[in-house]
Amino acid sequence: MDFLRDTWILFLRLVRATVRMPVFIILSIAQPILWVGMFGALFRSVVQIPGFGATSYVQFLAPGIAIMTALFGAAHSGMGMLVDIERGVLDRLLTTPASRGSIIAARLLNSGVQVFIQAGLIIGVAMLLGAQAKGGLVGILLVMLSASLLGAAVAAFSNAVALLAQRQETVIAVMNFVVLPAVFTSSMLMSSNLMPGWVQSVANVNPVNWAIVAARDGFEGTAPHELATRLALLAAFALVCGLFATGSFGRYRRAM
Amino acid sequence: MPSDDSVAPKALVSPRASDVLAIEAHDLQKTYSGGVEALRGISFSVRPGEVFGLLGPNGAGKSTAVKILTTLSEPTRGTGKVFGFDVVRDAREVRRRIGSVAQASGVDFAATGRENLELQGRLFRIPAPELKARVDELLDLFALTDAAHRPSRTYSGGMKRRLDVAMGLVHRPEVLFLDEPTTGLDPESRAVLWREVRRLAEGGLTLLLTTHYLEEADQLADRLAIVDKGRIVAEGTPNELKAKLAGDRISLQLAAPTRRAEAEALLGSLAGVTGILADAERAERLYAHVVEGARDLPSVLAALEHAGIGVAGVALSRPSLDDVYLKATGHAYQES
Repeated sequence: MDFLRDTWILFLRLVRATVRMPVFIILSIAQPILWVGMFGALFRSVVQIPGFGATSYVQFLAPGIAIMTALFGAAHSGMGMLVDIERGVLDRLLTTPASRGSIIAARLLNSGVQVFIQAGLIIGVAMLLGAQAKGGLVGILLVMLSASLLGAAVAAFSNAVALLAQRQETVIAVMNFVVLPAVFTSSMLMSSNLMPGWVQSVANVNPVNWAIVAARDGFEGTAPHELATRLALLAAFALVCGLFATGSFGRYRRAM
Repeated sequence: MPSDDSVAPKALVSPRASDVLAIEAHDLQKTYSGGVEALRGISFSVRPGEVFGLLGPNGAGKSTAVKILTTLSEPTRGTGKVFGFDVVRDAREVRRRIGSVAQASGVDFAATGRENLELQGRLFRIPAPELKARVDELLDLFALTDAAHRPSRTYSGGMKRRLDVAMGLVHRPEVLFLDEPTTGLDPESRAVLWREVRRLAEGGLTLLLTTHYLEEADQLADRLAIVDKGRIVAEGTPNELKAKLAGDRISLQLAAPTRRAEAEALLGSLAGVTGILADAERAERLYAHVVEGARDLPSVLAALEHAGIGVAGVALSRPSLDDVYLKATGHAYQES
């Protein structure tokens, strides 16, 4: 109970900080819209490649952009933790009776909720551009849920790196090293039918790809069993990352 | 022990079981993973209602001691207790009872002063109506009411510090830790903070204060321990510590450091000189303790002149914590 209550209290603090940054909010809405527009225009003719398996690129792209936005957004979560460390906010929280786990959990919840909303916006924009939610409202919610699970997992990973390295430069370098390759070994931009064999093998074990395929299946209203499996895998991945983050947090505290 | 008369009335303020010490540090040691020995075994105790100072230069181990006692850090050896609760085993109970104002501040810049205080109160589970009243009270007490709605990033250094202290007090702790509360503050803000610390002390709050300012320890602490290189080298009330150095101090700056040993021997033989201290880090410095400065200064200077030892500077002063520090550690105190 204390854990949930403290998580909620600390989550509200992070939300408040976010809504106080209008530029951040505007850009985090505008950017994915730009991406849908840009990638959509650039790769429009890709769907004509025999074997691609989709007829509208925006339709194909929208769930992928939703997941990519989750990935990019959550990757920064650890930076906020570093700011808290530098300012002494973390130490202050640690001298209160607040549940230790809630300090991490609040950040994961914050990332999860943030990308949940962003994913919804992206799908909305894509639909204005002609994409169709064939999975209905449930399908859209499944896209948002996939984004959330991946977002929480990536935020956990980012926080773990931040707590271990305690340097912004390292967090940026590690996250960049992980994020872009994860995108390019997924079916975000390219149908997996057309991937080289080795990329397909990597994609099969790439959690970013699990999220993209799950989101796409939800959006298209297809393959409910596989979708459930992928969501379960994603949840498990988020849990593992969460344990990594709490472990790193424990290590940080013991080193004090 | 309470020879310092400011202690006596305070003992009456604390209604709680007088046999329970507010803070007990027993042989605290801390060795960091790199092998740095931050604490080499320090012990002290603080009675309820007392203002206890840990005085020492940067890196002496004061902040490490505070981190252990506020449950942030675990000791490598030794035990710490706050109102009888062990800082490692009963960390949660300790956290409920302490307020902590760390050296590195702890203010969330994105939040307003009021929000910072409210967050702190919520984490201590203060019910909403009570919290509102408490926050108003603290904002008023620390002269932050007008700035309460502004993001704290816009606060001046002194305001941030006051907000820090207020945050440490939201849940009415039984003991407040203040780690270097006035470091980096301008003289005026420092004076304001001193006044507030005194007021808290008068209200009966137990305070543990660390500082590297001798004057601050002298002014605020009922009792203090001088910490040097991870050890306590002297302990007592400021007056007790100074009383150990009765008389006056003559500080000499020799023209030629090479003649210090000679000067030391010469002055040591003079009547009226009760002690000689050399500064281990500054070869030209020599301190002579004398029974009565006005009477003994001429004979000290005459003796040096007679021996042909040049004096570049001389000062006469009452003994201060500076001397206590010098005597205890063998090197002069450098505030920085």
